[in-house]
Amino acid sequence: MNAFAGSLDRPNSYIGRSVSRPNAKRLLEGKGRYVTDLVLPRMLHAAFVRSPYAHGRIVSIDTAEAAALPGVRAIFTGKDMAAICKPWVGTLDHFRNMKSPPQLPLSLDKVMWSGQPIVLIVADSRAIAEDAAELVGVEIEDLPVLADPVEAMSAEPMSEDMGDNTCFSLALDNGGVDEAFAKAQHLLEESFVFGRHTAVTLEPRAIVADYDASENRLTAHHATQTPYQFQDVYSRHFDIPEANVRVIAPDIGGSFGMKLHVYHEEMAVVGASILLGRPVKYVADRMESFVSDIHARDHRVTARLAVGEDGRISGMEVDDVTAIGPFSSYPRTSAVEGNQVIRLMGAPYDFSAYRANLSVVFQNKVQTSQYRAVGHPIACAVTECMVDAAARKLGLDPFEIRARNLIPDDSYPRKSPTGYQFEKLSHEACLSRLKSIMNYDALRREQAELRKKGVLRGIGIALFVEITNPSPAFYGIGGARISAQDGAIVKLTPSGEVHCSISVTEQGQGTETIIGQIVADQLGVNRDRVRVMTGDTDTTPHGGATWACRGAGIGGETALQASRKLKANVLSIAALILQAQAGELDIRDDWIIDVATGQQRLSLAEVARIAFFRSDTLPAGTQAQLSVVHHYAPQGYPFAFTNGAQGSLVEVDPETGFVKILKHWVVEDCGRIINPLLVDEQIRGGVVQGLGAAFFEECLYNREGQLTNGSLADYLVPMAYEMPDIEISHVETLTGDTELGAKGVGEAGTAAASAAAMNAVNDALAGHGAVLTQIPMTPARILKALGSI
Amino acid sequence: MTGKIAISLTVNGEEIEAHVTPRVTLADFLRQDVQLTGTHTGCEMGACGACLVLIDDRPVHACLMFAVQADGCVVDTVEGLTARKAIADLQRTFHERNALQCGFCTPGMLVSAYGILAAGGVPEREEIRDALSGNYCRCTGYEAIVDAIELTAKQRHQQAAREEA
Repeated sequence: MNAFAGSLDRPNSYIGRSVSRPNAKRLLEGKGRYVTDLVLPRMLHAAFVRSPYAHGRIVSIDTAEAAALPGVRAIFTGKDMAAICKPWVGTLDHFRNMKSPPQLPLSLDKVMWSGQPIVLIVADSRAIAEDAAELVGVEIEDLPVLADPVEAMSAEPMSEDMGDNTCFSLALDNGGVDEAFAKAQHLLEESFVFGRHTAVTLEPRAIVADYDASENRLTAHHATQTPYQFQDVYSRHFDIPEANVRVIAPDIGGSFGMKLHVYHEEMAVVGASILLGRPVKYVADRMESFVSDIHARDHRVTARLAVGEDGRISGMEVDDVTAIGPFSSYPRTSAVEGNQVIRLMGAPYDFSAYRANLSVVFQNKVQTSQYRAVGHPIACAVTECMVDAAARKLGLDPFEIRARNLIPDDSYPRKSPTGYQFEKLSHEACLSRLKSIMNYDALRREQAELRKKGVLRGIGIALFVEITNPSPAFYGIGGARISAQDGAIVKLTPSGEVHCSISVTEQGQGTETIIGQIVADQLGVNRDRVRVMTGDTDTTPHGGATWACRGAGIGGETALQASRKLKANVLSIAALILQAQAGELDIRDDWIIDVATGQQRLSLAEVARIAFFRSDTLPAGTQAQLSVVHHYAPQGYPFAFTNGAQGSLVEVDPETGFVKILKHWVVEDCGRIINPLLVDEQIRGGVVQGLGAAFFEECLYNREGQLTNGSLADYLVPMAYEMPDIEISHVETLTGDTELGAKGVGEAGTAAASAAAMNAVNDALAGHGAVLTQIPMTPARILKALGSI
Repeated sequence: MTGKIAISLTVNGEEIEAHVTPRVTLADFLRQDVQLTGTHTGCEMGACGACLVLIDDRPVHACLMFAVQADGCVVDTVEGLTARKAIADLQRTFHERNALQCGFCTPGMLVSAYGILAAGGVPEREEIRDALSGNYCRCTGYEAIVDAIELTAKQRHQQAAREEA
């Protein structure tokens, strides 16, 4: 398709232009309106009593002393919530044989992880609620803790009804694996460990639930990416008509996938507001975030690769055991990451013999679920480390072995070794661009020189494939009420300005900005005359919102098609007023112009004035439609895959095990780039999250299932000093499934950063007999690999 | 614990008299009592920098200080710095360079940047990165923030040189 001009030399051409974000000015002045900031009349505050044990049976709960504390307004336990909230089960129908126990806001009889909420205190202030929480006595009989996934697989089921501790398992076999391995000249095998980490959004989770019994109406001010999903959840689980549930997501202090899952605390707070008829606010503090936000990753992967003497990959076999929480998260489950790990393995490469096993296992830790780049960093790191291992064995350069194996740019459309359908990828173009922007040959020379002086520099590269623009194949076919379509209302105001409300949401990535660019571009108006609003289920059409890199590709296409519809309506009214043919007219710089001569005929403001206030002057029977509603659901390919390549330069100190990250490069192909400035900053932010996972971030648990580093002083996140400058380049391969041609970009940086870093560290250590196959690559692990400790 | 103590302080140029409980942090006092919600709390233990404000013109963690300790102090928050245009150039370069995404770290970053630039001169990128090591940003990857502070430093330096000439 791609039927629009897209050139930057015409007026109002905003698609492809770096423009700053209108809504960022408010944030720069400290005028952001986060849920954390919200105060409502008669609002109460929530605090939770949490389980100190990872597994146990509740014997008794004594709330008398807490209830007597002045300022405490209510105390709720599991029974109170069970009476008004239907349990939820985190399974998807298309994941066959998947199972998970039902969940409720507050535990009824058993506690399943350390930090699980047991009692909710509602008080006049958070401080009083916390004081009261300390006065609650909970007696718990502790049970054996499952804190290791391999042990969990054969242990007694922690939930009696489940039969065993396996949530989900999946086997893929594309055929030919045994033959490939029998024939291969080289066999490589490696085991990898990917630690648990978590999103650590700077604004923690927050909700103000406000239930009005007189109208049976719930308004939830909820820091989430997905207000429509929560409208559905609150409606169904608390039995309130959907139209009476309004979810408002104002400014959000970061999400990265973490704030789109159902959490026990938010459900309990909604329940409390229903029971009390007053607004109730809950903001997780940082310690609570660490023990209740979803964690991600936690995979143990064994991989085998069959390679010929010529360096060609002929087969791959993978086994992934991933440990989730005591149940699967809702409504997106905890199995999607593992599913994507085994389906994204080997994705850039041209071979077909592939076999994989996935086991998703319950354990007594907080739930895991989707966080930025779901599964990609694991599949990418395993694949790319195996390819590098093959290159080392055969004495091939990392660029050379990849060039010999990647799927050629002229061979699309085609399928991946695991059955994904690729419309068009650009590995060859990205790999050669990466080599040139890295100035690779010079880096290698410099590395050799420094090595003579005992300085261990390492250069690592990684190719990746990313899933974006998901169709209903992601969740809809599995029975989840999560939309793959989006909707927009675009309207001309009586003054001739433009207002767009759309279902994709903003968490700082620039959603509102790019939607404004597309609307202005397609209508032919100045960008500062377009107002975009998002994040309110009452004022925007129902849609999927923002996740899985769908904002630009699906939300953008929705805005494009809606704008064209409005433009046609505007031109038809203008044609009536001007007694011209609509086809002879266009809109440019907020004016109706004559296409042939470019002459300004009538301002948009005048069209709007006549349509809204002087409809009597229009021909009889004319009904001006200057507000349009439009929905768009992706069709064609089930996903729009993107691809790219990353490079990492590090220096390892063999004495201390410390790694200095010197530089990082990314070549990325996300199709049509709507705003290069925002795209580059998405990539940079994503890379840094990937580098955090590679070097610092890990949720550490002891044998008792206690998180031992659950604070921002103990859990290391990447800070400015440790992070490198990141150079970015683009290849643009448009998707033909939409007119806009855009794919997603939000997760590309995270997808391959840790793989490139791992290869760089291993390159630095080459010749020292050390290979790192576990992230984060902490100084201790590096020294251990070197045999120093 | 609940007995209130009288304090008086200057916040963003305004004299404020208040009665606060001793355990209330300056961050909570500013956010809840004075309704200056531009100052954020991200960790409440001095690790993330979201709560940085100026006390007597120096960046201080408002989460690590009790409101009673600010008695007699001059406090400036992002709102006050904005109103008196003390960081207008920084805000402009942050905006143009897209040196923020969700914006939750931004007030603290701006207060840190105010402190860095107050030293005068044009710091090296490495020095800026070092000086930002108490400010956590999950969104940007920091590079744009370093760019914006570096550019503002250069602009101020040029401006000062022009004025001298």
